[in-house]
Formats: sequence, structure tokens, C-alpha cells
Amino acid sequence: MECTYACRSSDHAIARRKFLAGMVGTAAGTMANGLGIFSRPAAAGMLAKDQKRVVVFYMHGGLSQLESWDPKPGTETGGPFRSIETSVPGIRISELLPEVARQMHHLCLVRGVNTSEDDHGKGQYLMQTGRRQSPAADYPALGAVCARTMSPEGSAIPGHIVLLPWGGGGRGSDAAYLGPRYSSVHLAEGKPPQYTDRPGQVSEAMDAARQDFRRQVNERFLRRRRTAVTEAYTYSYEQALGLMRKKDVFDVSKEPPRDFDRYGKTSFGRHCLMTRRLLEQGATFVQVWHANYDTHNENFNFHIEQLGEFDRAFAAFVADLHDRGMLDSTLIVVNSEFGRTPGINHLYGRDHWSHAWSVVLAGGKIQRGAAYGKTNARGTEVVDGQVSSAALFHTYLQAVGVDSTDSFDIEGREMPIADPAARAIQAVLA
Amino acid sequence: MGIPTGFDPGKAHIAAQWNVGTSMVCCRVEPKGRFVYCGVQGPTIHRIALADGKNVPLTGGHDSWVFALATTPNSGTLFSGGGDGRLVAWEVGGEAPRLLRKTEAHQGWIRALAASPDGRLVASGGNDRSVRIWETATGRRLHDLTGHEGQVYSLAFEPDGKTLLSGDLLGSLRRWDVATGREAGTFDAKALHHHDASQLVEFGGVRGLATSVDGSLIAAGGLHKASNPLGAVSEPLVLVFDSRNRKLVRTLTADGITSGVVWNLGFLADGSIVAASSGTSGGFLLFWKPGTDKSHHRLALPNPVRDLHIHPDGLRIATAHHDGYLRSIRLASGNG
Repeated sequence: MECTYACRSSDHAIARRKFLAGMVGTAAGTMANGLGIFSRPAAAGMLAKDQKRVVVFYMHGGLSQLESWDPKPGTETGGPFRSIETSVPGIRISELLPEVARQMHHLCLVRGVNTSEDDHGKGQYLMQTGRRQSPAADYPALGAVCARTMSPEGSAIPGHIVLLPWGGGGRGSDAAYLGPRYSSVHLAEGKPPQYTDRPGQVSEAMDAARQDFRRQVNERFLRRRRTAVTEAYTYSYEQALGLMRKKDVFDVSKEPPRDFDRYGKTSFGRHCLMTRRLLEQGATFVQVWHANYDTHNENFNFHIEQLGEFDRAFAAFVADLHDRGMLDSTLIVVNSEFGRTPGINHLYGRDHWSHAWSVVLAGGKIQRGAAYGKTNARGTEVVDGQVSSAALFHTYLQAVGVDSTDSFDIEGREMPIADPAARAIQAVLA
Repeated sequence: MGIPTGFDPGKAHIAAQWNVGTSMVCCRVEPKGRFVYCGVQGPTIHRIALADGKNVPLTGGHDSWVFALATTPNSGTLFSGGGDGRLVAWEVGGEAPRLLRKTEAHQGWIRALAASPDGRLVASGGNDRSVRIWETATGRRLHDLTGHEGQVYSLAFEPDGKTLLSGDLLGSLRRWDVATGREAGTFDAKALHHHDASQLVEFGGVRGLATSVDGSLIAAGGLHKASNPLGAVSEPLVLVFDSRNRKLVRTLTADGITSGVVWNLGFLADGSIVAASSGTSGGFLLFWKPGTDKSHHRLALPNPVRDLHIHPDGLRIATAHHDGYLRSIRLASGNG
């Protein structure tokens, strides 16, 4: 099952094409890509002693900032919901998020986001890479950058995991020049990666023998022709085998039953619980999608529905990471491709709006219990603390100790990790 | 009520309109027919005089939009329900409306209100999935009617006042015994609900409820064919049930409207059904004659419509619009 947006824009088809075939298919993709990888292991080594993690909650379709982080109750644009107090005096959020409000002291609201991109596909690309989509260049998504710079060498758990509400299986083509080794592994519906069960007709001994044979042939070949492409090919197989051995990492049913109640018995609740489990088992980057916020029609009804799920699970997740001492080493991001219009249309809907919206950060070196940036009374413009997606991208990385002003060395060519024209938002970094 | 002189839905036209100033959400004509009360995208209720359009604001009752209104049969008390979960009673019998009482009635929005035919009770329903029955004179809560698994969207007392109907987002339509507060039967209105596995949303619901004058029929309005809920692609639908055996007897559709939802509906003096439909296809009043399943007439409205209420004279319909206008639709020639 694929998600459909409300507005049926053509960019969605492009986004869907990124959902490629399975693990072996990815190896084929490597051949076509042909870019260098493995060129800068130093960064990973730098963080190995104290592994950092990143979790992105991607509010697919465009979460309304007015129904969440930047409410404007009692105004023409404010909608029917009221704002409520949070655990931080002076910071109020929508009444649709009562559980999150109790965790506000862990969070930092960035209320001055202006990305000037109202298209789903381009907005998603912009928020995931920190760069505008262009035919001239492709850039790696945050997850790929995190996997490349932060994942422990030799980890059996993929460094870049995306939990989708539908579909699943396969990998994204979102690592650009970093190569498919860092592309996202897609999981859905609380299931482990595809094909992690050994076929019933293949015994363990048979499997070990055929893998040994593959390695022998491969090594002989690599003695004569060793390239980044062959390395990636080898890596794909070894990672798949590692995944098969670590399959339990993805088995969310092993979590305590009471936690399923706390997180809510929804697909999103299960994915949040799975994310907690993955992080505890050493995953570096997990992106959790929550759908669907593309509410051109009946925005308020659908936000009641969606945020009801989100509030419970997200609040439990933040509280658990704090209680388990993981928040200092884990960056949490809540973002979308854009926000939604302050104006309310005739369908009780809100349309796409990228000029004044909000992103939420927590953990790592992020300030706790803070709100940065401000929009005007009607929420139509940023009036203080305006930030771009590029600045956010720098901030994400610096919050987990990655020098975002550094570059990747891709076959001798320096590729800036983040947009060199932007800088991190120092005011939100502790 | 007999059929009024000149009654002819085929001649429906806008006879008058007044700009309330804010996008409207709901409207109710008081039983005496002098005033229309309007809920808007804001906390203020507007009382519009049909004679001259005079607008009297009712303020101080709510902290959110007003989603539901109901008046007692003597036109003496108005009840309003808001996104703040508050049930507010207003004394409206005199020249100047006066706030009587505020009750924190529901967790989350109140979506629907209905006053009993004898004026003794008012029912409220909302996002907390509960239906509550209150004594109008005192504000005392008499019953909590529990069982809905979706948000309660609509309410209607049946004409004898002994039973109450409630409809929810999931297409559950229930009948309640008012004296005991116990469920007294259900109707299958699931055709009005759509779970979208692609967009991962619940959509539709029983948006409007009405009973025929003699109580023999119950009409439930909403939508079907929801191929894109977030993009408002759905078609208007009305289900008509036999009140006695609770069986579906008619399914009313409107050809050619590919984006519409029935926000409310009612039975006209000749037994035909009128519904307010709105969507990207436009705003319409749709008319179905008794015994027919395809709308026989429709009035295209100049702006999306969000609610309707039939005037007690049977010749006029008040409609609430997104552009902030209250419109008076006359079902006869001339402007009355």
C-alpha cells in the first residue's frame, strides 16, 4: 500500500520511484551509481567511543504548525483549537498535544522556519538533505550522512532505517554520492526487513557453504578488480547476513506489554516503540513516518485524528529516552516537508505553506525547554529568528557532534557535508 | 404542518442574504421564525433578524468556534456548543439575549445539539464519543449515553420525544431511550464511513440527521465514494431508514457532484428531503422527492454551504456559508 497525497502532484510519483527493490536489487543499483564510498572513516572513529543517534519523526504531508507547535487561538487564522500550558512556563502549544506538553522541558521549538518550497517532493528533499533539489546535483539525506559519519564500523544494524506506515521492504536511493551502502532500509508495519528468514529448503549448513563459496569467488575477483562498486556489492551481502543474525533487534513484540499501552496500539505507536528498541540495540539513524497531514480538506478533523496518535507515542518516546539516559546522546527531530496555510479554505482545510512554520528538536546538544523564532499574530510571516532548511541541517549534525562544516572526500573530490552557505543555529545549541 | 401556499422547491432561489462578517459554521432558525442564530469560525454567535437583517452578537460564552446550536420550542432558550467543550445556555426570549449558564460538558468539541420537542431536555454530543442529556431548566446532567466508538457528529430527537438518535464518524447510528438512557436499537449507516488505507484516515460519518414529520422515516446524510479524503473527493449521500424496523429503505444520491458532502438535511412539508452539499464541486441545495433516489432538483449556491435549517413556515431555508453570508432560500416564487 502506498500513500496518496491529497493534491495528487506529479512529484509524488518521483518520490515513489525511490522506493526500489530489495537488498540484492540495491547491489545492482550500486553498479549504476558508480560513485566512491568508504573514503572517510575518520569521522565514524571520532564518535565510536560515544555513539550518537538521530531520530526524525517525519510528519508526512505537512503538519499544521497552527494545530501543533505555534498555535494562534482566537485569531482569524487560529482555527478552533485552544493552546495549553506546557511544563515550561510561557511556552504554549496546541491542546491537541497534552502529553507532549508535559515533556516540553526536553524540547526546543523552532518556530521561524521559512523554506520557501510548497511542493511535496521538493519540500521533502529540501528538509531531508538541507539543499534544494536540482537536476545538476544530488545530495545525501540526513540519514545517509548520519550513517556515514556516525555508524560504528561493522555494525550489523543498518545505519539508516526508515519506518514507513505502509509498504516497506527495499531501500531508498537517498544516499547520493555516499553510495548505496548508506541508503535507507525501509521497514513497515512493525515488520523486520524483508528476506531475513533463511528459505525453509536451505539448511544452515547449506547456507554457510554457499556463502563461503560466494566469499571465495568474490575475494578472487577482488584481488584483480577492487573498486567502490565491488565493495558496496560485498557490503550488501554481508549486511544482509548480519541482519539475518540480528533479526531479533526488529522484533518489537519482545518489548514489555505495558509499553504498547503507553505508546498506543497504533501502527505509529508500535513504530515508536520499535525505534526505542533499535536505538538501544545500536541503530544510528531512524526516521519514523507518520501519515497523513496533507489536509487540504477538513484539516481540523484529521489533525484531531493524527495528532491523537502522535501525542501519546511521541511523548512516551521522549520520556523513555530521558529516563534511560539516552537523550543526551540522541537527537530527536520532528519535521515535515512544510507547514500549512494560516488561511482556512472553504473545505475547512489548510493548504501548503512553507513561509512560516515549525520544527521541533530535542536531545543531543539542543537547548531544553526552549522556543526559538517567532511568527506574527496571524502566523503568516516569521518576525524573529528565521531559519532555513540548510541551517537546520547543520544544526542537526552539530547537535550530535558532527562538524557539519567539514567535507566528504569522494574519490578525491571534496563534497561539503552541509550547505557551506549556511550555518548552524547557535541559539538552539547548548 | 400542511404544504404552504406556493410551495415549489423547483422555484428555490436566494430571497435575501446578510453578511455576518466571518466564515459561518452552523445556523438555526428559532421556532417562532423571527431570528436565525449563526455559529461562525470564532467564539461569537450572531442573531440575525429575518425582517431587517439586524445582527446582535452573543459574546462571552465560548473560547472556540461554535459548532452546534439548538433552541427550545418556545424560542426562549438557545443552547450553543463549542470547540471548547462548553454547553452554553442563553436567555433569548427578550429583546436582548443574555448568557444564562456555562457548563463544561464534554472533553473536546461539542459537535451536535438537539432540543427535545417538549423543551425539557437538550442533548449534546462530541469528540469524546459521548452523548449527554441535560435538563434545560437547570443544566443538570440526566444521562451519559455511552457506546459510540467514533466522534459524535449529529443528534435528533424523534417527534414523540421519547427517543433520541445519534450518529458518529464511523457510521454508527444509534437510538436511545430518553427516559432510561439505554440504547434502544441501531441503524446500519456504515455506508457513510470510509477508512482510507492509503491516506490512513477515517472519513465521512453521519453529518446530518433528520426525522420526517410523522416520525416514520429517518434520514442520515454524509458522503460516499471517498477516493481522496484529504483532497475532498467524495460524493454526497443520504440514507433513509424506516423508523419502525430500522431497515434502509432508500439511498439518495446526486449525479455529477464529484466533490461534495452533505453537511445537514431536513424533511420539507411535502415529505421530500433537502440537503446542503458542499465541496470543490460547489455548494448546492439538493432535493429528493418522496420515493425517488436521484435528486430531482438542485439549487447551485454562490458559495460553499456548511449548514441549513428549515424555517417553520416551510417556505424558507436558512443556509450558512463560508463567505460569511447567511442566506435565506425561498421555495416559492417571489421574495415573500
